[in-house]
Amino acid sequence: MYSFSYQKAKTVADAAKVLAKDGDAKLLAGGQSLIAAMKLRLAHPSAVIDLGTIKELSGIKGDSKAVAIGAMTRHAEVASSAAVKKAIPALASLAGGIGDRMVRNMGTIGGSLANNDPAADYPAAVLALGATIVTNKRKIAADEFFKGMYETALQKGEIITSVSFPVPKRAAYMKFKNPASRYAIVGVFVADSGSGVRVAVTGAAPSVFRVAAMEKALAAKFAPESVANIAVPEKGLNSDLHAKADYRAHLVTVMAKRAVEAAMK
Amino acid sequence: MTVKVSLTVNGKPASAEVEERTLLVNFIRDSLRLTGTHVGCDTAQCGACTIHMNGRAVKSCNMLAMQAEGADLVTIEGIAKADGTLHPMQEAFRQHHGLQCGFCTPGMVMSAIDLVKNFPDPSEELIREQLDGNLCRCTGYHNIVKAIKAASQTMRS
Repeated sequence: MYSFSYQKAKTVADAAKVLAKDGDAKLLAGGQSLIAAMKLRLAHPSAVIDLGTIKELSGIKGDSKAVAIGAMTRHAEVASSAAVKKAIPALASLAGGIGDRMVRNMGTIGGSLANNDPAADYPAAVLALGATIVTNKRKIAADEFFKGMYETALQKGEIITSVSFPVPKRAAYMKFKNPASRYAIVGVFVADSGSGVRVAVTGAAPSVFRVAAMEKALAAKFAPESVANIAVPEKGLNSDLHAKADYRAHLVTVMAKRAVEAAMK
Repeated sequence: MTVKVSLTVNGKPASAEVEERTLLVNFIRDSLRLTGTHVGCDTAQCGACTIHMNGRAVKSCNMLAMQAEGADLVTIEGIAKADGTLHPMQEAFRQHHGLQCGFCTPGMVMSAIDLVKNFPDPSEELIREQLDGNLCRCTGYHNIVKAIKAASQTMRS
């Protein structure tokens, strides 16, 4: 790992100030991706600003309409939260399937979203549920947030503070995971808000995306057979040693079908 | 530049001057000379470096020592009783021969204690699933799973 200067931020404003001054500084949330990238010298920030001790960034608040999760809330906390399990069980179950037990004890929702790894789980939930990403500067709708591989709408000096999920009528997430890394080879999150259906796919392409044809079919009839014959085009999908593009395209339909089935239970 | 890290390890205060980029596992092994915590893959996959931080299992090779500043850590050296009586999880690994070369064992034991804390009565299937952050290249996991199942019973009683 290259050397860097380390500092603990006391407040979000504090962290934003340092970020604004130093373009090569990086925020450290749980560090489960950043530290690994730094060890491999894929990332070499001049400074690391640790958000770990900012208490107001952590915690879960929920009612019957929405669940707000602080940016520094660990995956394990979301997975075991009574409020999340009650309001959006699919979200708790998604959080409980990220990485492994130790990763879930450190990794955070804000860190995962800011990183926007093509195979991360949270982006699928955020996009399908139509969540709102709250930063120190503004509120960003999920549809505006994910811009491409490891790219988001976050601007320089902008820090995610929380994510607000509207409570759906029913939802489910199904992922076909890489057996070694537990990352999604393909993950599909289906959410029926009561007034519409959204289908978000992670792992398959450089960034999370929605499948309009499936959404339309499910809005007409929310049943597995509605999506069984809808295939996404394989052009533009990821193709690597784990799965070729045509296989990923096939998996999108299979996972969507399973997610609808699970949501109906 | 060096920084001072102060925390509690196995119930005792500890501190050392380290480089800012020092990983927690190197702080534990090199500065504190607690070499029971192992470095296996060094890429946060194998779990040999698992310790408990504030009561939760974490991979100490995938975090900075500074992230643990002020925390309460427990390493494999801190779980047996002062008189040498093994922790029920260690005892179960011994009884059920849950190790061969022993390299993954400290991480396995620390992870398994966290597992049983979260799932007091785990099925074999659940143990296998929840142990996915720890790799063992000798045993085929069979006796490790048996040991964890047995320890979950003694830890409950």
